[in-house]
Amino acid sequence: MAIFVNENTKVLVQGLTGGQGKYHGLRNRDYGTQVVGGVTPGKGGQDVDGIPIFDTVADAVAATGANASFAAVPPKFASGAIMEAAEAGIGFIVCITEGIPAHDEAKVYNRLKRDFSNTRLLGPNCPGIISPGKCNIGITAGEIAQEPTEGGPNVGIVSRSGTLTYQALYELKQRGIGVSTCVGIGGDPVPGTNFIDCLSEFQNDPETHAIMMLGEIGGSAEEEAAEFIQANVTKPMSAYIAGVTAPAGKKMGHAGAIVSGGKGTAQGKMDALAAAGVKVGLNPTEAGELMAEIVSAL
Amino acid sequence: MDLFEYQGKQYFARYDIPVSAGGPADTVDEAVTEANNAGYPVVVKAQVQVGGRGKAGGIKLADNEAEVREHAGNILGMDIKGHVVKRIWVERASDIDEEYYVSFTLDRSEKKHLMMLSREGGVEIEVVAEENPDAIVKRHIDPVDGLSEADARQACIDADLPERAIDGATDILVKLYRCYDEGDCDLAEINPLILKPTGEVHALDAKVTLDENAEFRHPEWDAFRGLTEMDEREKMAAEKDLQYIGLDGTVGIIANGAGLAMSTLDVVNQVGGSAANFLDIGGGANADVMAGALEVINFDENVKSIFINIFGGITRGEEVAKGIVEAMGRVDLKAPIVIRLDGTNAEEGRQILLDAGIPDDKLRSEPTMLDAARAAVALAN
Repeated sequence: MAIFVNENTKVLVQGLTGGQGKYHGLRNRDYGTQVVGGVTPGKGGQDVDGIPIFDTVADAVAATGANASFAAVPPKFASGAIMEAAEAGIGFIVCITEGIPAHDEAKVYNRLKRDFSNTRLLGPNCPGIISPGKCNIGITAGEIAQEPTEGGPNVGIVSRSGTLTYQALYELKQRGIGVSTCVGIGGDPVPGTNFIDCLSEFQNDPETHAIMMLGEIGGSAEEEAAEFIQANVTKPMSAYIAGVTAPAGKKMGHAGAIVSGGKGTAQGKMDALAAAGVKVGLNPTEAGELMAEIVSAL
Repeated sequence: MDLFEYQGKQYFARYDIPVSAGGPADTVDEAVTEANNAGYPVVVKAQVQVGGRGKAGGIKLADNEAEVREHAGNILGMDIKGHVVKRIWVERASDIDEEYYVSFTLDRSEKKHLMMLSREGGVEIEVVAEENPDAIVKRHIDPVDGLSEADARQACIDADLPERAIDGATDILVKLYRCYDEGDCDLAEINPLILKPTGEVHALDAKVTLDENAEFRHPEWDAFRGLTEMDEREKMAAEKDLQYIGLDGTVGIIANGAGLAMSTLDVVNQVGGSAANFLDIGGGANADVMAGALEVINFDENVKSIFINIFGGITRGEEVAKGIVEAMGRVDLKAPIVIRLDGTNAEEGRQILLDAGIPDDKLRSEPTMLDAARAAVALAN
């Protein structure tokens, strides 16, 4: 098991002929991911290191049977690329692109929800997803992820931040704790997949025994997740929220990370999670230590 | 990017939203010229990005040239809650029957746009929300469908606007939504939106925040740059394309990734220190980026130590290390560096730093984020 992606996931890379797409697409393949094709308009018939390139996602799906896509395209083309993948029947789209206009994101989110309810978008502006030992889509360095242990206990990770995702994987690896799936949902204001989507999947995944969640300031996604956890999640959890010391009104790097009008503070989020029974660490290492305690008690 | 009122009004005008005749001025003489063009009486308004301008004496009515000179002279250079007034806006004064509030923004929880409309304008909307929440009409707008004229009209009716204001307010709502949508605003707000005795409705103020991610399709935004409120450090960082926010502590921070950078600030704080800045050098941290980051931090006189916190994912440890060594050759650093390097090729990176033979009091490596934070704070305090 694992959530969203596994050894049967067949991935297309949209933008495989570009710098980012090529670098990460080939790394994903080297990790063992089934990267079955690339899409670049006008370059159909070529190949990148043996991976065939197609002009459209529809052509690529017809030829390869791909069921997932990795969109590594510049911001101005990203929403078009996501919609093209959805229209071609792709069920899982990972978009790592940073800097997509918020209005484009909101339109894509609502269009997918309305017309392509079977398609899940992860991102944009996210590090991607890794089910260690099975499938890695995105920019995560696969070697820092510990493969799941047969029979468990294994941890599912969900995070809003890229480097903190790596930090979490690393904390668990150093303690020899297996990871079922690690999902980076991204730091933008309108993520295609949110904490609740992932928590719900982890709760239902028999290979996941505990969940680690990494949030940050801004918005109310963590508070909403806390409500969901209270009502629906029975697996033990640890969490960390970045940005305790962030000043109000300043955008802390991520478009979504901003404390406004006294809302979206780290303290409010930590309190909400703690009230839902989540063990909250004051830094990533502490969240890792708390997870180690949880796992050793399982 | 937050616009000043006069820029917001210029932006509104592009979308045919009615605003008062007027113009910006940086000197008393320019203010007089703008006032003469607009016609008396005029309002002289301080251009600062902070609330409470009126109470601070930053908004004055002038009936003639002499009064414009007096008020413009007083307001230019005035300090309003730490914001020094460099520019004023002079516009024709309006007769006001009623004041309303209208805004569009993104509701992140609902993933839809949110229109807010209230008959109680002219005061802070947060206060209305607190004291009389029923006076605010809130409507979600599906970004795919947009705002129809019928829905805009219904919102005006629901907000209990008087009959004679409804056509004008509906028209402005539709235009303001277009400005918000096509104009890529994070926020487009008019407070107050006024009803004149003549029955006309128009925007007396403008609060606009632009989504910088959409800059590539808005060449007209170039005109809004230049007067942005940044401190010297932030200007320097912006020139180098770095994600930097100036703070007032003593530990300079460099990290890769926004989440890790935020986390670094937190950890420094937890061990008793205070960060001088937020600085995310992003994914591909080469020597140029690192040198630029160190220059900006070195420019900050409050910095007593520098904490470089790198977790290699795409960023490879040996490249970061090479960057630091090269940057230290280029920049004469006033403060010592403490580095924590982990992740992809971290071992090679640490070796490069060792081999460079940089003395311990200039650069030292610590194994974990917490250890490095403690070391950096000890050096700074």
